[in-house]
Amino acid sequence: MSVLCPEIPTPGFSFENCKRNAVLETKGFALPKAVKTGTTIVGITYKDGVILGADTRATEDTTVADKNSEKIHYLAPNMYCCGAGTAADTEMTTQMISSQLELHKLYTNRVARVCTANQLLKQYLFRYQGYVGAALILGGVDVEGPHLYMIYPHGSSDKLPYGTMGSGSLAAIAVFESRWRPDLEEQEGVQLVRDAIAAGIFNDLGSGSNIDLCVIRKGSVDYKRTFDEANKKGVKQASYRYPRGATSVLSTRVVDIEEVAVQRIEPERMEIA
Amino acid sequence: MFATENAYYPDYSTKPIQHSFSPYADNGGSVVAIAGDDFVVVGADTRLSAGFSIYTREQNKLFPLSNTTVLGCSGCWCDTLTLTRILKSRMQMYHQEHNKVMSTTACAQMLSTMLYYKRFFPYYISNILVGLDNEGKGCIYSYDPIGHCEKTTYRAGGSAGALLQPLLDNQIGQKNLTKVSAESITQEKALAILKDVFISAAERDIYTGDNVMINIITKDGIKEDNFELRKD
Repeated sequence: MSVLCPEIPTPGFSFENCKRNAVLETKGFALPKAVKTGTTIVGITYKDGVILGADTRATEDTTVADKNSEKIHYLAPNMYCCGAGTAADTEMTTQMISSQLELHKLYTNRVARVCTANQLLKQYLFRYQGYVGAALILGGVDVEGPHLYMIYPHGSSDKLPYGTMGSGSLAAIAVFESRWRPDLEEQEGVQLVRDAIAAGIFNDLGSGSNIDLCVIRKGSVDYKRTFDEANKKGVKQASYRYPRGATSVLSTRVVDIEEVAVQRIEPERMEIA
Repeated sequence: MFATENAYYPDYSTKPIQHSFSPYADNGGSVVAIAGDDFVVVGADTRLSAGFSIYTREQNKLFPLSNTTVLGCSGCWCDTLTLTRILKSRMQMYHQEHNKVMSTTACAQMLSTMLYYKRFFPYYISNILVGLDNEGKGCIYSYDPIGHCEKTTYRAGGSAGALLQPLLDNQIGQKNLTKVSAESITQEKALAILKDVFISAAERDIYTGDNVMINIITKDGIKEDNFELRKD
């Protein structure tokens, strides 16, 4: 294959290592763990749009892998999507559907509808029978008005006025169940979403760090990355700067770059005997 | 032939099913101790948790056994309660039989014996025993769950133990450094490092946070200190 005629990779996932990995697993080599978002994500509808919210902690088992992870993904100019579950799956799934929505918009010459995105996402997730571990909250505004969908990893979905997902979903839904009502003002809605995410951050160990918000109205979007820093990092008391020479020098060699000659390496012929 | 095993219809399998119950729980938490020439400081975070939820944000995990000895425990909380209860009664029995308070070194040996007594159904605890020895010097004894004991001058244990021990090796043990200073650590520096490592642990370990309880042991007795950590 040359540069002029590149090899086209086959579409879809590659399963070529599956058999090998299964054999390795029986011999005691466990697969490395994937980064999970161990998350609180929420969404509500309010008077003239939807508000999405997310925390920013990503975990690998009991350690924090990312302290400021972005979990509200762009889908289309009028649609965003919160992701919980396996970090790579939420990221790649939303990217791919975002691309399909853009093509759909160009083909139809219309703003893509939220129900279209929902259908694309759930059909994709159902195809992989839950192995693509993405739990999503899809929110957007289209010609029909504001919409909010919850999409589960196995491919089912709900259309709801408010909802939560991830490991902090119970803490967050408790806030909504006590304070959500139809036709909230924007400011009330933003405060409610902030409080729901904060409940997840403080009461669920899988969630933490900051609060991200995204307000979607008809014709405008307000993506507030780090809307609130729910936790301030502690202030160190001592200084941890190393004095000059703290690292030992094992050997020193000075090379005069003028004297370095360019060495040509002849390609070796492949052994075919 | 009867299908004893059917991969497609597990409901119709006639193979025996094994049920299991785990008598242990991991309630998390970290303990850090640093010893000096005439003092020893020990700190433990106050978060008690299981899985992804927090049981309480204010659980003291330091147990004063005498005026010169403190035990820090993390791991399975129910085992900690049982172990410390038995430990306290053994301390009292010793006091009444010998008419003197048990020394830190004797206490360290007793703890090792008590842990090994449960060799095949161990207490699931990471123990760090600190105190002043018979000369008044600070000393630290750290244990594995079945009674192996090691005497050190600094130690990190519990859920963030693996995260913090290399940091202490470098900052207190002066490992991987040239220009090693011969001076021994001061109480102020030990306290500052202790608080700083807990700040770092709370950043990356989900089971460490909320508060740190600190005990400073000198010849004048045990002084308590408290320090706030992040709560997420």
